[in-house]
Amino acid sequence: MKDLKFKKLWVGIGMLILLSPLGIIIPELLKSGGAWGEWGADEIEKITGYVPEGLKKLSELWKAPMSDYSFAGWKGNLKSSIAYIISAILGIGIVVLVSVLIGKYITRKNGNS
Amino acid sequence: MHIPDGYLGPYTYAGLWAVMLAIWSYAGRKVKEVLKASQIPLLALSAAFSFVIMMFNVPIPAGTTGHATGATLIAILIGPWAGVIAISVALVIQALIFGDGGITAIGANCFNIGFAEVFVGYAVYRLIAGSSDVKSKNRLIGAGIGAYIGINIAAFLTAFELGIQTILHTGSDGRPFYSPFPLKVTIPAIMLEHIFLFAIIEVIVTVLALAYLQKSHAELIRK
Repeated sequence: MKDLKFKKLWVGIGMLILLSPLGIIIPELLKSGGAWGEWGADEIEKITGYVPEGLKKLSELWKAPMSDYSFAGWKGNLKSSIAYIISAILGIGIVVLVSVLIGKYITRKNGNS
Repeated sequence: MHIPDGYLGPYTYAGLWAVMLAIWSYAGRKVKEVLKASQIPLLALSAAFSFVIMMFNVPIPAGTTGHATGATLIAILIGPWAGVIAISVALVIQALIFGDGGITAIGANCFNIGFAEVFVGYAVYRLIAGSSDVKSKNRLIGAGIGAYIGINIAAFLTAFELGIQTILHTGSDGRPFYSPFPLKVTIPAIMLEHIFLFAIIEVIVTVLALAYLQKSHAELIRK
């Protein structure tokens, strides 16, 4: 289904997937934390001394199946990197599926050329 | 950054959800006019690219991290309305499956990165590159400047949304209900790191990718 002319681009995506652990390893090496403003309730408490009520309630709203692109218990650089790559593959797989479904839905009456 | 659940109060998150529902609906109609079935792989590729590029966290030593989004590049490839859809797909999957960004915050995050950044980046690109040859340097310059301004606009909107919660939702005891950081904290914190680092990364990613496309897949670049 994927055109041959896009094959090189998909290979590029594949390379990015394999390189993605750099996105957790390099910050780890430089002792960086997460993004500004993406702190959970515990970290907010450390920063401001309390947890805003609304934040405490809403931050428990959703339990993501693969939170933070990691598996519980997969610690250390190697395991985290593998989990990260698996997340990337899984995430991109779902993204592609959803995009194709949306694309097909949008073009359901258009011609193909 | 992706705003998590709990930082935005209901006025903001519901308001932006409503705005995005309207934008998505409109985007669907606009894209329907121009998208051919043969272009669906490109839509999927764009969403995939945005998803994976956002996994490359760029660190400030002993500080926070940020990432590029690919928003301007995607708008250049598939047009801004399709770009809204592609990036929204990536952001929604990130929130639902990976907890990257909140569910209540989906409207806000999609508005900031999937809509504002896409359109501002694309508008600046078109202003500078006009209808110059798709392989010309003008396209790269336009893409770079568009990407720089686009991501900073997204950052500003994020900082603004986070910073007004203390005005909108503070209890009688003076304690904020949601984001406890006022504008005078959020704006410098978020803008400085984007202006001096993350936006530069976005420019590099955008220009390198476009330059590669100019060489190898120039037919994919919309005139």
